[in-house]
Parts: sequence; C-alpha cells; structure tokens
Amino acid sequence: MPNEPWSEPRAAGIIAEHVHLEGATLPILHALQETFGYVDEGAVPLIADALNLSRAEVHGCITFYHDFRRAPAGRHQLKLCRAEACQAMGSDALHTQILARLGVDWHGTTADGEVTVEPVYCLGLCANGPGALVNDEPLARLTADSLEAALTEKMS
Amino acid sequence: MSITITVPRDAVALGLGANRVARALFAGAERRGLDVTIVRTGSRGMLWLEPMIEVATPEGRIAYGPVTPADVDALLDAGLVEGGAHPLRLGDPEKIPYLARQHRLTFQRCGVVDPVSVADYRAHGGYRGLEAALKLDAAGIVAEVRESGLRGRGGAGFPAGIKWNTVMLAQSHQKYVVCNADEGDSGTFADRMMMEGDPFNLIEGMTIAGIATGATRGYIYLRSEYPQAFATLKEAIANGVKAGVLGADVLGSGKAFHLEVRLGAGAYICGEETSLLESLEGRRGIVRAKPPIPALKGFLGQPTLVNNVMTFTAVPYILEHGAKAYAEYGMGRSLGTLAIQLAGNIKRGGLIEYAFGITLREIIEDFGGGTQSGRPVRAVQVGGPLGAYFPDHLLDTPLDYEAMAANKGLVGHGGIVVFDDTVDMAKQARFAFEFCAVESCGKCTPCRIGATRGVETMDKVIAGIRPTENLAVVADLCDVMTDGSLCAMGGLTPMPVMSAITHFPEDFQQRGPMSVAAE
Repeated sequence: MPNEPWSEPRAAGIIAEHVHLEGATLPILHALQETFGYVDEGAVPLIADALNLSRAEVHGCITFYHDFRRAPAGRHQLKLCRAEACQAMGSDALHTQILARLGVDWHGTTADGEVTVEPVYCLGLCANGPGALVNDEPLARLTADSLEAALTEKMS
Repeated sequence: MSITITVPRDAVALGLGANRVARALFAGAERRGLDVTIVRTGSRGMLWLEPMIEVATPEGRIAYGPVTPADVDALLDAGLVEGGAHPLRLGDPEKIPYLARQHRLTFQRCGVVDPVSVADYRAHGGYRGLEAALKLDAAGIVAEVRESGLRGRGGAGFPAGIKWNTVMLAQSHQKYVVCNADEGDSGTFADRMMMEGDPFNLIEGMTIAGIATGATRGYIYLRSEYPQAFATLKEAIANGVKAGVLGADVLGSGKAFHLEVRLGAGAYICGEETSLLESLEGRRGIVRAKPPIPALKGFLGQPTLVNNVMTFTAVPYILEHGAKAYAEYGMGRSLGTLAIQLAGNIKRGGLIEYAFGITLREIIEDFGGGTQSGRPVRAVQVGGPLGAYFPDHLLDTPLDYEAMAANKGLVGHGGIVVFDDTVDMAKQARFAFEFCAVESCGKCTPCRIGATRGVETMDKVIAGIRPTENLAVVADLCDVMTDGSLCAMGGLTPMPVMSAITHFPEDFQQRGPMSVAAE
C-alpha cells in the first residue's frame, strides 16, 4: 500500500484515535509511520500537545528507536539480519553481494527509490538463515538470487 | 467429507514458501474435484522440514516435507489426501525421532491446532489450567507456581513463584501483568513460534497470572521484527474476548482480565524489563535503576508482574497437572523443561523442548546432526549475543543454570548457535562489542563508552597491532563493564568476548600485515 503524503489534519486524527491508550506514544508513532512512511517533524508538537509531553520528550522517543524514520524512504523495506546465527550461515559475504547489486550502503535507498535497506539483529529465522524481511514478508535461506526474485515480484 | 490439510503459517515456513504451497494445494485440489479444507497452523519445530504439511487421515495425521509448490501436483497424484506414498512422506509426525524424543509440555499444541481458534485450543486440552486455577485462591495458585520450581525463562532464571508472591501481596488499585515478548537474542525463536502457533497458551498463562496477582490488565510487549506474531496475537485476543476467556468476566468467574499487545520499535535493550516498562509507558527505552523492583513499582508506577513468554506458557501445564508433575523434569535447581532453540550452521535446526540437564553435545549431534555445511563444529554460542562461545571440549556441559554458570556461560533464553571451522573468533568478539555499541541505551558509561572502545581495540588486534598489549586492554575493559554496568547489556557483553579470547586464543595472535613489524 503506497504511503499518503504528510498531512497535519490527518496526523491529528490518527493521534486522536490513540490518545486514550496507556503509554500512547509508541502506538501513535507506529500508526503515523504506517500511514506516511515516516514520522514528519510536524508531528512532534501535535503529539506533545495531545499527550501533555515536552517536544524534547517526543523527539527523544522518536530518535531512540531504530524503527522510526524521520524522512521518507523507498517504496519497499528490506531488512537483512546481521546477527550471529545468520553470520554462521555466511550472511556477511551475502550482504556485501546484495548491497553491491542494489548499489546502496546500509540505511540507503536504491537510485530508483524502490528499496531501502536496513540492518536488523534477529528475525527469529535463526535455524534457516540467512534471514530477511521484505516489507513484512519473511525470507529464509536467503541468497542474492532468491532476494532478487522476491523484490522483482514486489515491484511488478 | 472434507479432508483437512494443515499448512504452517509460522514465519520460517512462510519464508520457505508456505503460502505458495497452500495456494498450489488449493488450486490442485480444485482441479481434481477433491474436497479439501486447508487449515493454517504454527510449526511443529522441525524447521529443516518446513514447509511441512499434514493430512488428517482415519489413521491419524500424516506429514510431508519439505514441500515446495512444484511438489504439490505430484503429491496430489500420489494420493496425498489418503496419506499416499511419496518420497516426501514422513509418516506420523509425532513418531519422527526428533519430536518423539522431546518432552513437549509447553509446546504440546504448537503446530497442531488452529492458532486463533478458542474451540480448537479447548478441544486440545486448553483452559484446563485456568479452570484448575479458578478453584484455588490466589495464594494457592502462587504456591503451585513456587512448588513447580519454575524459574524465569527470559534469561535471569529468577524463581517465578517469588515474583508472583511479591506482586500478589502488593497493595494497589491497579496492578499489571506484562509479558516480555521482545525476543531479541540471535538464535532464539521459541517465543515467536509459540505466539504464532499457540497464542492461547500465552493468553491462558497470563490470565492465570492476572488472577493470582490481582492484576486486571495485561500487556504483551512484542518486538516489531515479528509481524506474523503480531497479527496472530491480535486475532487470538479478539477471538478470546468474543469467547469470554478474556474481558470483564473470564470464563464466568466474575474476574476481569483485559489484554493488549503492544509493538516495540527495534530496540534490543527493551528486552531488559525496566527498559521495556519505560518503552511501554511511551518513553526512550532507558534502563531504570533497581530498586524499586517492578513487582512493587513497575508500569505507570504500579505493581507489575513481568515474565517472559516461556515463563507464562509453562504455567497452564503446571496448574492442570500440578507442581509435582512439572518438577519431575530437570535437575538440581533447574526444574521442568527448557525450550532449546538449535540454530546457525546446523543440519537439523529447530525447537527442542527437553528437561534441563541434556548436554550441548547431545543437542548438536543427536538432534542437530552436525553442521549444515558438513564441516566440523568449532564454536557454539549459547544463550544469545550476551552468551559465551563454547569450544568442543566444553560441549559435554549440561544445560542447567548452575552448570552453565560454572563454565562462565549462561542458559539465557535457550538459544544455541553453531559455527563451523570457518569462523573467525576475533571477528565474533569484535561483533559482540559492535552489537553492544549499536544497542546500548546509553545510560551508564561502562556500556555506552566501553562498547565503542572495545570495537576500536579489537580492530587493532585484528590488524595485528600489538595484540598482546591490546588484549590486556580488552580484558581490563571487560572487567570494568562486568562490574560497573547498570544492566546485563553492558554487564554480559564481556562474556562472548572473553570466552572467545580464552577458548580460541589462536584467532587473536599473529594477524594482519603489521604483526611482524609491531612485535
């Protein structure tokens, strides 16, 4: 599903839907990122007002977590597992190969804006590594070719 | 009559094409005019056989695997729906030695039931633990948990009964039960498999905990790297509310238990319980100093029982069968079963639920069948990224909290990651520091700064720059991190580092182009 362009009224609506929750900050940030693909700077004062927090507290929360992005990313998210169980199956060399094929470094987005590559530490696919997630779909026993096939399928 | 075929929707099975297998089965059955119902289950845990499908025949379930979409037509032509012969036929899955040898108490239903069906859960013995608990008073439930010997399965091994008792005795208008489902350790997937395959076991365990401690609200803090588990848990909770096993009146007892699942955001440190609570409250996941302990002052300052998925999911069995039945498994002060996760470079990786006391060698050789690459095993990391690397001569150590500690290792969450002889242990030691630097919450200096200094110093060792002197610096740094860190992140990072240096010294000397000049 493509992301919506940033909209302050839309963001305010999303925040209002979650404001009653105990500890609403993370659910709000997840919902905003799901809608817009990232958490816009403009959301910070809105969240702070709604939850009676300082803007610094909201900014601190967004920047603490690896998941939250502060700028739009590629249309598809590729997460490659860099943890030990995948290392034991040769993930380091595989990642070098994958990054070279895509022409990006970690956290980078391909020139055509299709794919953003993020490192993750464990996807729970440790007995069938190397593991990856394309958007929310797991890939086990990953190879550069099986990844290319999965990405091609997503983009078609 | 419709024939039921189960196809797992466990993340590993999906990662190996289970959805495409399910679609091919559906289409192939339709073309042949076969009346087939496809049920999506969790995984049995024999992960090298995934996707493993099962057909319900009059003689019981017959398994086939690993099945690819290309196999489906041949399978249907071979009489799959009657359990017909085919090279992929595995027979009765429960007779496969890998599964038959295990002690499946907690994982008895995983891979068997429809994960989101309350009716299926009950048909397979579910909610008998809660029914038994409802016949006891709170102190009676806590006594059962205490007498079972159950210790926290997240890694610390703290006696569950003591924690439950503390929360039960705490006075407050609102107490909480929080499940730590931030399973971040590499090599672990037991929580994921349980949440995807038998989430009602977790829901039942947490409900029993709520009733025992007087907590009417519960949260499952789930890592965001598990999107399948998130979807399954949400569906299961909604179905549980509809069926009256969750909500204002649990099983007609007049007792309330409301449960919600919350997503983390990619921070390993949030598996530490105080950091988890900070995150659940909506803040940066910064570790809190203890005391006060969460059992007295936890979520929103209220008494909070925080346990791991595997701790809660052991509870329904204990309440149904009694503390004694559970305590008959295990050894010494490590009682019951451990969900062992065999991973990394291994031929037959998977979930092995077994009584404490089994040795690493039995798991790796008897269950695992050696490495996937066929090369010799060189190093085995036990208990996640903060666990020790063991060499071959320590593989006869039994998995038991005390025996592992005696060998400067830990059981952790039960993950075992196998490496073959191509592993470079200096790189693994460097990675342990790098991981700590990426994931440190930053509150205490030994962890925040120590991890980065550790990476830099290991880089010098790897480049062959004065290895002996630099390894002495690493050892000193590790002492500071062990003694001076606020939590296990900084406190245990030295464990993989020092075990690698101690057991594999040859990987740390005479490296790089500068070694001769520098010496």
